[in-house]
Amino acid sequence: MSNVTVADHDEILHLTYGKYVLGFVGSVILTLGAYLLATHGTSSKTVLAVFLAVFAIAQFVVQMVLFLHVTEERGTHWRLIVMSMMLLVVIILVFGSLWIMNNLNYRMMRSPKLMQQYLKSQSVL
Amino acid sequence: MSETAQMIEQRREHEAAEKTVFGFWVYLMTDCVLFAGLFAVFSVLRHNTYGGPNGHQLFDLPYTLGETFALLTSSFTCGLAMLAAQRRSKRAVLFWLGVTFLLGLTFLGMELNEFHGLIRAGDSWRRSGFLSSFFVLVGTHGLHITFGLLWMAVLGVYTWKKGLTDSIRKRLTLLSLFWHFLDVIWIFIFTIVYLYGSLNV
Repeated sequence: MSNVTVADHDEILHLTYGKYVLGFVGSVILTLGAYLLATHGTSSKTVLAVFLAVFAIAQFVVQMVLFLHVTEERGTHWRLIVMSMMLLVVIILVFGSLWIMNNLNYRMMRSPKLMQQYLKSQSVL
Repeated sequence: MSETAQMIEQRREHEAAEKTVFGFWVYLMTDCVLFAGLFAVFSVLRHNTYGGPNGHQLFDLPYTLGETFALLTSSFTCGLAMLAAQRRSKRAVLFWLGVTFLLGLTFLGMELNEFHGLIRAGDSWRRSGFLSSFFVLVGTHGLHITFGLLWMAVLGVYTWKKGLTDSIRKRLTLLSLFWHFLDVIWIFIFTIVYLYGSLNV
């Protein structure tokens, strides 16, 4: 029974002070960066929006790794599998909704008369 | 032999605790999907102001930044409570849990104050599609925070009464995951609702 070892695995998660400090400082910098970009940024709105998204995703990764311990050595792949599934559903749900609704808006932005013509032209009947 | 049996028993308990934490992780990820639905609704209805005010006119960014830092700092102090639990210091756990609780309460108070101001000005969820989706998304997050605070208060009393037993430390781990998770959701609320709202994109 020499293969049974307990002492090393007493904790459920292996936490260190450095990880939390790093996570906190990183999150503060990314939050302030995003805030200053939104309030004082001078580029076009689209460019700013892309940069803000990048900042948010960077902070997401920082907090997932350093606060939520996704990459802890034990059981990492299971947590990553579940998280990937979540990300897939989130992306399909959010971007799918935006895509469909924008497309609908685009197609509905016509006068009623034009809309009738358009519907007739699209009809397969 | 009895020592070995004890070790096996400890090992078994530890593996059960790991499974519990993983199960909680699965719950958190499904909760993300709930928020994704609300984010999708908000993103679609963002511009549907029905002649009412948009985010650019309504949101006070410095105030929201204050909210963000209150929650972010509480996420950090929650981590410090976990470190204290790891070195079995009950006093430090209670202290950091108390700080986390107060910061969480500050965040919730600021959010409710913001909601109150909006409603008093006539910009409640009944004003437009944009505001309906705003209140549902941010309100659902606030509701999670409320339950997190209740949980934290109860667990604080348990820790104080029973000390840092294995079971209590397991529950503290779950609470800390929940609390960090709520801060992760807030990153996206801050960016998509407030910062994008102020840019008017």
